[in-house]
Amino acid sequence: MQVVYSFGAVGAVMVAAAAGLVIGGSAWIAVVAYAGFAVFLAGFCYRVVQWAAAPVPFRVPTTCGQQTSLPWIKSAALENPSTTSGVLGRMGLEILLFRSLFRNSQAGLHEKRLILSEQKYLWLAALAFHWSMLVILVRHLRLFVEPVPALVVALARIDGFFQLGAPDFYVSDMVLACALAYLLLRRFRDPVVRYISQFSDYFALLALIGIAASGLSMRYVTRVDVVAVKQFALGLAAFHPVRPAALGAMFAVHLTLISVLAAYIPFSKLMHMGGVFLSPTRNLANNNRAKRHVNPWNYPVKTHSYAEWEDDFRAKLKAADIPLEADHATRASAD
Amino acid sequence: MPQELLRIEAKKPGGNWTDPAVQFRKGVFCYSAAAKNVRALDLPNPRDWQPFDADWKLPPDWKRILLEGMKERLEKYRSFRLFMDICVRCGACADKCHFYVGSGDPKNMPVVRAELMRSVYRRYFTLTGRIFGRLAGGRELTEDIVKEWFYYFYQCTECRRCSVFCPYGIDTAEITMIGRELLNLIGCNTNWVLEPAANCFRTGNHLGIQPHGFKDSLEFAADELEEITGIRVDVPINRKGAEILFVMPSADYFAEPHYYTLLGYMMLFHEIGLDFTFSAFASEGGNFGLFSSHELMKRLNAKVYEEAKRLGVKWILGGECGHMWRVLHQYMDTMNGPADFLEEPVSPITGTKFENARSTRMVHICEFTADLIHSGKLRLDASRNDRWRVTYHDSCNPARSMGLLEEPRYIIRNACHRFFEMPENTIREQTFCCGSGAGLGTDENLEMRLRGGFPRANAVKYVQEKHGVNLLACICAIDKATLPTLLEYWAPGVEVGGVHELLGNALVMRGEKPRTTDLRGEPLSAEVTHA
Repeated sequence: MQVVYSFGAVGAVMVAAAAGLVIGGSAWIAVVAYAGFAVFLAGFCYRVVQWAAAPVPFRVPTTCGQQTSLPWIKSAALENPSTTSGVLGRMGLEILLFRSLFRNSQAGLHEKRLILSEQKYLWLAALAFHWSMLVILVRHLRLFVEPVPALVVALARIDGFFQLGAPDFYVSDMVLACALAYLLLRRFRDPVVRYISQFSDYFALLALIGIAASGLSMRYVTRVDVVAVKQFALGLAAFHPVRPAALGAMFAVHLTLISVLAAYIPFSKLMHMGGVFLSPTRNLANNNRAKRHVNPWNYPVKTHSYAEWEDDFRAKLKAADIPLEADHATRASAD
Repeated sequence: MPQELLRIEAKKPGGNWTDPAVQFRKGVFCYSAAAKNVRALDLPNPRDWQPFDADWKLPPDWKRILLEGMKERLEKYRSFRLFMDICVRCGACADKCHFYVGSGDPKNMPVVRAELMRSVYRRYFTLTGRIFGRLAGGRELTEDIVKEWFYYFYQCTECRRCSVFCPYGIDTAEITMIGRELLNLIGCNTNWVLEPAANCFRTGNHLGIQPHGFKDSLEFAADELEEITGIRVDVPINRKGAEILFVMPSADYFAEPHYYTLLGYMMLFHEIGLDFTFSAFASEGGNFGLFSSHELMKRLNAKVYEEAKRLGVKWILGGECGHMWRVLHQYMDTMNGPADFLEEPVSPITGTKFENARSTRMVHICEFTADLIHSGKLRLDASRNDRWRVTYHDSCNPARSMGLLEEPRYIIRNACHRFFEMPENTIREQTFCCGSGAGLGTDENLEMRLRGGFPRANAVKYVQEKHGVNLLACICAIDKATLPTLLEYWAPGVEVGGVHELLGNALVMRGEKPRTTDLRGEPLSAEVTHA
């Protein structure tokens, strides 16, 4: 059911995009783009501030290797960091290479035996998707900036290294498409993942697939007028939108889906892109016993003090010849 | 116990997790906390009830209490708010949970366990959830959901294994700890957690042992040691001016096989002439408050520093216990510190500074002993452990909340000849839980414990068949209490013991009589006694 709703939602966005184009022309697209970007920016900041405003009362890193203790025992500087540089390293591995996902294994039962086997596909697909998406985003800068930065030109050249077809076929396009297809098929086919998948999971994937498909189509099939697109994009970036020549329905779909997805980010799990930096089980050093961590809302609690305890068990303590507090002992004998 | 009592099967998850109906079947849940224990701790809503009752006798405004409690905690714990928000449901955690593997119940996947809470969070605390409800993954908070929470939050041992595999480090323990805390606000607790906690609050330890009983136990251990070694060791209790306060889990002086570990500590302290004291007040390092709420954890933990200050010791040494060390390492200093009345710990025997404990000023016995061995201060005869073929079980908390991995292994390698590791993805940070931690180790919950313990036992069975392993060494009191039952069922013939039991067996003491038995009273193998 969740899948159907997600398909419906993405379809509705696409129809709205086309309809908007017909009715409002490229001005309408500009409005949608600005609105999407504004909601994204405001929402993203709001969510990050909301997280940052919540204190971290306890230092609770998940340790994944040997602690720093005795000097002759080699500690795991990255898996169980005790220093800030170690934490930076751990976070770097986590964010750039998805270290934790790389540990993934698969549990299988074979004749009452539990077999844990390697399972790296999820890691590979996730890494492929995120990196290719980054490359594509950076490549898109050429539409928003003039002159095009050398870095972007160089990246595009590497990405188009194979020089197949005209225009050059980009490796990142292929990688993104394959990774997205894998991630969606996995949600459909793996019974465990299907069980846990919700509207939000399908919607994000389908929107991304829609964005990728419309983008690929513009580049390789329908051949959008790149000069017109750039003119439009530069206008958008300069907050001075221009009315270009007809950009086509595919462009409207592409940009509308992007805008809707961007606006959706702050309200969804896609916030993991900001949250991953803040996770207290990963971004804190395991130096708990070496350096005191302060809880800003630490408050006094009711305890059972030694004095109360001694009062409760005085006779038994005496009989067992366990030393008592001197002042209590005198008070007791004076009674 | 019939062999086929439990069928562990790989099932395809079916149905819809958003349906909260739960069946409280005998053997898979813990009984409710007795009213007297709830009262003893001044906790809300003491009453007679059981999870299988239709009416849980919740307070009339239970829903408001839960939602306000949730709001408060969302503002107080970044972990909680973040973990409610950022899960992408990639499924990497799903089969990492021993309860999911052992029960096949899809709601035991860490992701779904968390979704049980997240769905309510979305419905009441997010814009999309308030507007779109179920479509945005929201669920209305109902009494059935309270029951579902109780069932599944007490079917998590807070072992943190899923957190190791999560790309965002989402820690189900953080979520179920808060979940239990919320349930606690409306009086939904289990007796296996609150009775030890109530005992601990009153007497100083979970088992409710009073000071004279504490002393008797330790004296008895000293008598037994005298029989085995011919040496009379001291039993200092509440002795002011000692250099070191030693704190251990109460099971060490009251249960088997923990007791042999206690014998090991006492032999060690005598042999190196340690200036230390036990305390009948701080007679528990473990902390069942951890399994109920942060506040109760703090209330029970306070006595450790209080006693260290009163006795005027320089620093604190802690025994073998898993969740005890979670509290001591990650919470104590923050909750009840700073320990500025203590000194930075230095081993009086080797002069080693325990730099890693310079603020909390509490050292793990395995760190302490590994340093002694490394400095050549102990004479060990590993052949006295030759009847054992040993494997080592990393207890969840020392492994995943500390990283105490090599110290115990170093001790084991020096104290016995035959040591075999279990498969790589079942040890160290990937260790499998005993299935009975976090207050689930009660007999009425036996079926679920055996199911949850299956992945651990399966790895033990593997080394039993491959290397003839017959002893599972560990450094956790709950492991020692519950793994024997587990192994009796899944891997009969493998016994459970502490690391300091092995050390005690191997320790050559000055002036000892020729040993004929090990600490369990079992005869040393012939070759050893003749040597």
